Amino acid sequence: MLETIWFLLWGILWAVYFMLDGFDLGLGTLSPFIASNENDKRVIYNSMGPFWDANEVWLITAGGVTFAAFPTTYAVMFSALYTPLLLLLFALIIRAVALEFRGKVESAFSKKIWDACLFLGSFVPALLLGVAFANIFEGIPIDGEGIFHGNLFTLLNPYGLLGGLLFVLLFLVHGSLWLAIKADGALETRAMKAASGIWWVLLVVAVVFLVATWFATNLYSNYIGSPLLLLIPLVTVLALLAVRLFIYQTAPWKAWFASSLTIVGATLFGVVGLYPNLLPSSLNPEYSLTIFNSSSSPLTLKIMLVVALTFVPIVIAYQIWSYYVFRDKVTNEDLASEEAY
Amino acid sequence: MDALILSRLQFAVATYFHFLFVPLTLGLSILIAIMETQYVRTGLEDYKRMAKFWGKLFVINFAVGVVTGITLEFQFGTNWSRYSKYVGDIFGSLLAIEATVAFFLESTFIGVWIFGWKKLSPKAHAVCIWLVAAASNISAYWILVANSWMQHPVGYVIRNGRAELSDFWAVVTQPYAILMFLHVLSGAYILAGFFVMGISAYHILRGNELPFFKRSFRIAATFSVIFSLSAMLIGDFQGKEMMKSQPAKAAAAESVWESTKGAPMYLFVIPDEANERNKVEILGIPKLLSWVALGDADGLYRGLKEWPKEDRPPVAITFWSFRLMVGLGMLFALLGIIAWLKRKSPENSPWLLKILIYCIPLPYLAASLGWTVTEVGRQPWIVYGIMKTADAASPVSASQVGVSLLAFAVVYTVLGIVCFYLITKNARKGPKPLSSITQ
Repeated sequence: MLETIWFLLWGILWAVYFMLDGFDLGLGTLSPFIASNENDKRVIYNSMGPFWDANEVWLITAGGVTFAAFPTTYAVMFSALYTPLLLLLFALIIRAVALEFRGKVESAFSKKIWDACLFLGSFVPALLLGVAFANIFEGIPIDGEGIFHGNLFTLLNPYGLLGGLLFVLLFLVHGSLWLAIKADGALETRAMKAASGIWWVLLVVAVVFLVATWFATNLYSNYIGSPLLLLIPLVTVLALLAVRLFIYQTAPWKAWFASSLTIVGATLFGVVGLYPNLLPSSLNPEYSLTIFNSSSSPLTLKIMLVVALTFVPIVIAYQIWSYYVFRDKVTNEDLASEEAY
Repeated sequence: MDALILSRLQFAVATYFHFLFVPLTLGLSILIAIMETQYVRTGLEDYKRMAKFWGKLFVINFAVGVVTGITLEFQFGTNWSRYSKYVGDIFGSLLAIEATVAFFLESTFIGVWIFGWKKLSPKAHAVCIWLVAAASNISAYWILVANSWMQHPVGYVIRNGRAELSDFWAVVTQPYAILMFLHVLSGAYILAGFFVMGISAYHILRGNELPFFKRSFRIAATFSVIFSLSAMLIGDFQGKEMMKSQPAKAAAAESVWESTKGAPMYLFVIPDEANERNKVEILGIPKLLSWVALGDADGLYRGLKEWPKEDRPPVAITFWSFRLMVGLGMLFALLGIIAWLKRKSPENSPWLLKILIYCIPLPYLAASLGWTVTEVGRQPWIVYGIMKTADAASPVSASQVGVSLLAFAVVYTVLGIVCFYLITKNARKGPKPLSSITQ
């Protein structure tokens, strides 16, 4: 029971991470293509300014919870995915310093370098996280000792790459909508247009992904076992259609919330399908890491649960408050302040 | 080289580098919080400018601290998976609690603080930086509890082929952890104090913004003197704790080979590891070592030869790091006292100001040496007495680790240079003139 609760919390942590940092990663990926001048760029940076760091903590916590609740999975997953994870890490490093340092340098050349870092530091994590999760869904070649028999290219298989593409597109729509919320005038219009255009591509890729999932993974078996669970993908698909509707109505906040629901739903769709596996083995199902053979002791899970149930609601409350404080569009006055990016 | 050595090197690089940024975050956040509180209380514009100026340096430093911290969390899994699997039940939960309790708080409120000068009331804004300061210090507590558990494991049982938690309270309240926490905090506060004093000294010497930098100097000098003295006091307690919990590390730190009753302390020693003795031992003060380390002048100080060679930590590195750290600690106390005595008109002591500028790097050095004693002195164990470092690495290939180590070296070097450049540039530039802020 405890293991199942932690499995769900684990999935929710990832879902919230993708929902929150998703718009940063998407917007960073979009930035070179949508900004037409320096002012646009600064609006993009400052629209993420107060949030990106706290958003990223959801990733740290998701990693930490994997370590704490399912140490064997953490050990095998992180060592098996050694190269992609370090790439992800370096990407996140250059993204963070790009955000933090760009506003503190003067020369146009330095700013260009930081812009390139923001793009790479956003695109690469979006892609790799998608590739990683798609690989987790289909299983990776680990043996009974948890040793990985493959390399980076094993992970870059068609289904893995499809997952990467799906994540990038989900985040691009999400990030465009965030920019539409935070920007004004021509940039806002362009952001809405970008969301609208990318949405169609997302729709196609999402359908292909759902079909490919049938063939490449066992995710649907849980849904066939308990059809009530099909509500999750159903709500996700409806949310994705709602994004379209709200884009059509030029209602960026509503569209962004619908997009958030799409991302959360898509993550939970995968996670629920995965249950009770955390890391299936493609060599032999017996080698798969499940919540039963890789979890921590009941005492640790209990203590962690008390901590999580106490602090996570508090975290959510003050994070919502911080979004409320900075709910307005990025203004010229904001850009003129000394602290602005 | 094999994957183990490369992973150890990589962890050392990542940890040393990370800890160049952490102490300033821990200490400067509190100094800025004090400055901003003064602003709220007095309404004096200079205090707000102080919070903004030091805040700018803080933010540059903070960013690098955060991103290099994620590296460490990842590395337990990527490079030390056998370790993670064996002790994750305890160690992993401490990291997860750190993230849940502290990182969210820190990251959310630093964002609000940086961007919220005009969105919040002065009081609410000052509360934000206090929350950042509290959160970073709380996170230090959890990570040091985790590290202390590696130094002195308590509250566990070996079950199901791994270490499992049996007594959470014992883990989070053991004296080793509490002392380490207080020591690291003292060190961090010294570092922040010397950082602010050094930069203030630079400007005072040039006559820039005198009232501004004298105020900064005064706060930092008080901070430095308190914590350089507390670091020594806590260091003494820690030494006694180390004698009980990690006697081999203590023997290496003092380079004592033979178990001795009423052991003397030599002011100058050169260890000779190959021959299991000291090449040079001069200026001995009888019984001092036993007295300091054991609280008993005739107490038995256990020498390195009590342990088989393969269970001893590297002596020379541990010894020299320890000596140098202690020496630096004494220097900080001395300079802290002098600076505090001169805090009201430091401009009259240009020699002191010049020294203080050059002292900015020294607490960084001391902190790195302290970690060297802690981590090298724990070898060959990764968890003292339970698991050897050699058994802890991931089953990854040496080439993978080699490539990532190289990448770390490159990325971190660039990052270090950029960060250093931005901090010195902004530190030299000084605060924005008063008129431009009140506009």
